[in-house]
Amino acid sequence: MPTFDYAPAPESPSIVDIQPSYGLFIGGEMVEPVDGTRFKTVNPATEEVLSEVVAAGPEDVDRAVAAARAAYDGAWSRLSGRDRGKYLYRLARIVQERSRELAVLESIDNGKPIRESRDVDVPLVAAHFFYYAGWADKLAYAGFGADPRPLGVAAQVIPWNFPLLMLAWKIAPALACGNTVVLKPAETTPLTALAFADICRQADLPPGVVNIVTGAGETGRTLVEHRGVDKVAFTGSTEVGRQIARSVAGTRKKVTLELGGKAANVVFDDAPLDQAVEGIVNGIFFNQGHVCCAGSRLLVQESVADELLAGLKRRLTTLRLGDPLDKNTDIGAINSAEQLDKIRMLSEIGETEGAERWSPPCELPERGFWFPPTVFTGVSQSHRIAREEIFGPVLSVLTFRTPTEAVEKANNTPYGLSAGVWTEKGSRILWMAQRLRAGVVWANTFNRFDPTSPFGGYKESGYGREGGRHGLEAYLDV
Amino acid sequence: MTVTVPVGLADVTASNDTLRRFLHGLPGVDQVGVEARAAMLATRSIKTTAKAFALDLAIRMVDLTTLEGQDTPGKVRALCAKGRRPDPTDPTCPPVAAICIYGDLVPTAVEALAGSDIHVAAVATAFPSGRAPLDVKLADTKAAVAAGADEIDMVIDRGAFLAGRYLDVYDEIAATKQASGDAHLKVILETGELATYDNVRRASWLAMLAGGDFIKTSTGKVSPAATLPVTLVMLEAARDFRDQTGRQVGVKAAGGIRAAKDAVRYLVVVNEVAGDDWLSPDGFRFGASSLLNDLLMQRQKLATGHYAGPDYFTLD
Repeated sequence: MPTFDYAPAPESPSIVDIQPSYGLFIGGEMVEPVDGTRFKTVNPATEEVLSEVVAAGPEDVDRAVAAARAAYDGAWSRLSGRDRGKYLYRLARIVQERSRELAVLESIDNGKPIRESRDVDVPLVAAHFFYYAGWADKLAYAGFGADPRPLGVAAQVIPWNFPLLMLAWKIAPALACGNTVVLKPAETTPLTALAFADICRQADLPPGVVNIVTGAGETGRTLVEHRGVDKVAFTGSTEVGRQIARSVAGTRKKVTLELGGKAANVVFDDAPLDQAVEGIVNGIFFNQGHVCCAGSRLLVQESVADELLAGLKRRLTTLRLGDPLDKNTDIGAINSAEQLDKIRMLSEIGETEGAERWSPPCELPERGFWFPPTVFTGVSQSHRIAREEIFGPVLSVLTFRTPTEAVEKANNTPYGLSAGVWTEKGSRILWMAQRLRAGVVWANTFNRFDPTSPFGGYKESGYGREGGRHGLEAYLDV
Repeated sequence: MTVTVPVGLADVTASNDTLRRFLHGLPGVDQVGVEARAAMLATRSIKTTAKAFALDLAIRMVDLTTLEGQDTPGKVRALCAKGRRPDPTDPTCPPVAAICIYGDLVPTAVEALAGSDIHVAAVATAFPSGRAPLDVKLADTKAAVAAGADEIDMVIDRGAFLAGRYLDVYDEIAATKQASGDAHLKVILETGELATYDNVRRASWLAMLAGGDFIKTSTGKVSPAATLPVTLVMLEAARDFRDQTGRQVGVKAAGGIRAAKDAVRYLVVVNEVAGDDWLSPDGFRFGASSLLNDLLMQRQKLATGHYAGPDYFTLD
């Protein structure tokens, strides 16, 4: 037993009120499905059933799109930017007021540690709404013409890794620009989106401006392919992104896709090593590695590789895995059985391909979906674990000798969402940033997000930008 | 010199040039990163049994301090009595680690602490500025040891350090170590005057190379005194130094720590950065005065479920 043994410090789940079943949020109210079926959503940390939600059918989607269209043609498109901004400010403030409840709900439904939902996810959600609230009456100064017009109805499909944050990334700029939306949360994490429906009602948002239809892939496809939709925004896997790109080809729909990644975190021999270790941990073990921009490939200069890896392994032994609601938990549960299978499968492939697998001693809870923080050393570019997105707490370590080799290896991937550079040399940071083919390059940090900063991919990581002034373009007719 | 430079690092102190190259070759510290790490660790939630453990440990780590021009034997005796039995109503409350005072009051403290395990720590070497000739500083040290101090809290020559005269700083610490004899030497870096985390790491290594038994953040006379990130950097240095040399050096956070909550945060940092071996009064100390009463108040609250008013805790 450790000398200083932290007693359990769980956040109380009693602050959230999860209903036994939910309908769909269409036209400003929760309605029963017409042709949808019901499925259960579980707590990934315990496998307990949390609630029953609807897998919306074509008729349901049709009603949602019609409600969004009616709202667009009615009050919303005639509203001044200043008034749209007022609603967004109101949403942001209610998110802040209900932040504790939202954080607990997110952790219960998603499995992520409460420390992250409380200190990262929910504050960023509010920040996004505040940020785009500010743009609503200033669109004329955004660089897209004197009076840029909205697109109409936006179909938005979001992933399960940051359920409420991805909702904010989608809804805030869409509403600021004057669009209305139909949003489909991921099938494993619908609860915070449904809580957001309640926030929309609380804010007196005009009916139909935000509609939320739950469901799985089929519902998403129906929504994206719906003829009444003017704009499609998707965050998720590259595979589904390709299907969406195909399905909207030849239509009027404008598309933005934010897809997978296999980011390189590049550590030079003159890096601040202790902070680099923190950055690596933050890069790949933040949110159990369920991060599209995760630093899943560590590229370390050979001359410091041993020292860095020793420090990294020592650091990993202090990570605390367990109950997501415990305020001291660093690593929570894997979001679903399906995802856990995928992580296990790719990790086994890593071993058979000859990479060396290491995990700190760590006890996994008996129930629920869990995977220990894992480091593969001796990984080569040709290994599958160096090429494919694992989307879990699995780090592949590769080495390099020169800056040119680092750039070559970092860019040698079909993806290009993010990258990290660790060096005390400012000129090298700039040199690297010019050459890395990635949408975000972090210097001496990793996985830092801010609503003012555009985010998006190169190559098969997608197209379009979310966040910042650039994020407005996706929702304006320009 | 009785100071033995650790194996493998013998060449480091051959000249000011080699020492400078070594210190400047240490990995840099990224300010944003280290402050973010400290802030994250400060969110750890320490409750119930863990809190009880941390509060008792913190009391055992306190160097109960008075360093004023107006200190008198009476004041020091009162402090010693407090250190022996911090909570007179509760015999299970542990004593503090040491009483920290100016050198001239050492005989009073030695007498007042007779029969206890509490150490007598004297500040020396022209504390707090360190601006005196070396022979004066060494005489100051020797006098305190001769009077019975078994811990010496010295200050480094910050002027020499900032001017890049690292070997001078090194020699002075080594000479003070020698003058201290068997007394434990704590080396005060005065991190508030060193300004950067890179300097804190370099000064930490310098002090450890020169034979310091403890590295200490501050005199308490300069603001900022101890901070969580500074202490974190020093703990990393102590951890790395032991990895490389096998010798464990303690860390003392001094000045500005007044709340029990803050003390618990420091212990979390000790725990997660340096580890178990530093979780004792031999590995970590708090230099503090008013902190002790808050620790006692929180300790009593945890045991009884309610706060006693400040009048129930002695002011010494």
